[in-house]
Amino acid sequence: MSRIVPGEGLRRIILGDPQADRVVPPTGFTAQLTLLAAGAMAFLAVFALALSLAAGRLADRWGDELARTSTIRISAPQDQRTAQTMAAMQILETTAGVVFARVLDPAEQEALLAPWFGDQLDLSTLPFPQLIEIIEEDEGFDAVGLRLRLAAEVPGAVLDDHSRWRQPLVRAASRLRLLGWLSIGLIALSMAAMVTLAAQAALAATAPVIATLRLVGATDRYIAQAFIRRFTLRALGGAGLGTALGLVAVLMLPRAEIEAGVLTGLGFQGWHWALAFLIPVVAAGVAMLATGTATRRTLKRLT
Amino acid sequence: MIELENLGYSYGGAALFSDISVKLTPGSFHFLTGPSGAGKTTLLKLCYGALHPTVGVVRAFGNDLRDMERDDVSMLRRKVGVVHQDCQFLDHLSVADNIALPLAVSGRLDDAATSDMEELLAWVGLTDRASARPPELSGGERQRAALARAVIMSPDVVIADEPTGNVDWEMSQRLLRLLVELNKMGKAVLIATHDLSLIRAAKTSVQARVLRISNGRVQLAGADL
Repeated sequence: MSRIVPGEGLRRIILGDPQADRVVPPTGFTAQLTLLAAGAMAFLAVFALALSLAAGRLADRWGDELARTSTIRISAPQDQRTAQTMAAMQILETTAGVVFARVLDPAEQEALLAPWFGDQLDLSTLPFPQLIEIIEEDEGFDAVGLRLRLAAEVPGAVLDDHSRWRQPLVRAASRLRLLGWLSIGLIALSMAAMVTLAAQAALAATAPVIATLRLVGATDRYIAQAFIRRFTLRALGGAGLGTALGLVAVLMLPRAEIEAGVLTGLGFQGWHWALAFLIPVVAAGVAMLATGTATRRTLKRLT
Repeated sequence: MIELENLGYSYGGAALFSDISVKLTPGSFHFLTGPSGAGKTTLLKLCYGALHPTVGVVRAFGNDLRDMERDDVSMLRRKVGVVHQDCQFLDHLSVADNIALPLAVSGRLDDAATSDMEELLAWVGLTDRASARPPELSGGERQRAALARAVIMSPDVVIADEPTGNVDWEMSQRLLRLLVELNKMGKAVLIATHDLSLIRAAKTSVQARVLRISNGRVQLAGADL
């Protein structure tokens, strides 16, 4: 039996042979089902894709930004703090891999605590450590060596290379991204299952038509194409509509700069918009494969 | 063109017929007769690959049907016009579209085919019924439309299963005349019928062989009718 292979492309399916489409009688209910399923799945896929891409951006940003910065915290008695800070700065100046280091002034440290303690905080009343911000080269520095030197020369200094809290955040964002792609995969599988069921129902309902077509010399390929074309176009149409609605819904979400929060910024940026427009094409491809498989299997049984 | 060699067919272990050998050669005219349930329709289906024999070989145009892929069997059916007992039309298409179906499925539906189509509709007397739907046709019109569909690809063999089963005497004679005309064009014709009057009527215009299936065997019931 001739095989309908995906490599032959959607173009041939879409342009196809309209005569072949005409010989297969209309399959009302399954047509609506395919359209609805493709639309709903595409709508969900838009959100899954947006979530995945946003999580990916978050993971990249956290990874990039936090990986290049470290902090030294100096917890020393007030009379030794300045001396220990100067000693730490001297060590940093001679540490390979450190691009820049600076001592945070009281105003900056107060700003860091403002979300928790408010704007009116006077740091001098609290035993708050002095912070030194370090900007690293891409390759980073030898954290173990730096810790040893600090331990020897600046007893109140503690190096925090951010890995302790950066890694869980990056890992969480990466998992979220993976979850998004997994959702897209599950959506594609669900759509394939629905299209397969709809195609099988349509084939079963048109068994006498198929028998007649084979009687007059129609090949399995010809019959399959009629069904594949029909279901692919329906999936394309339904998914196109679902994607459009999904994109409108994404555009209506609160924007990141207005509402701060984990889920703000869910959406598409730059070339990622192009990925959203691929959803109907992928849906049509999934429908084409699912119908092709269902048709081949059913045709073998029918004659 | 189509050769059945020592053919046998069983339904669920019970032999319907066995050891049947028949040759359909260009210009030959065969009637296949016998009581209901003797296996006439089954034998016809074996000829065009809709069924596979339990034993024996069916050769069509030199090819053993057992060795043919499904799509190759479909291609073979373009050389064998079949008038099915219940006509098997697609009710959502017009009569003209149904007749043109073999051309459509073989990608030969062009302007020349449209002109042939008009000629064919006139030949079977259905010009006025071209745009009707099959359920709107009478029994005779359905049989003539089925015959037109069977011959539109100019097949080498025409197989008809009870083509006059649902029509009156006058219409059955008209259908017979069409089949005889085809035979005179060199087509091999095989007709399954239990209507002996049809066979007798054919005697006046064609050299036909009558094969009778009885007790699971085929006998030559009469020659030179």
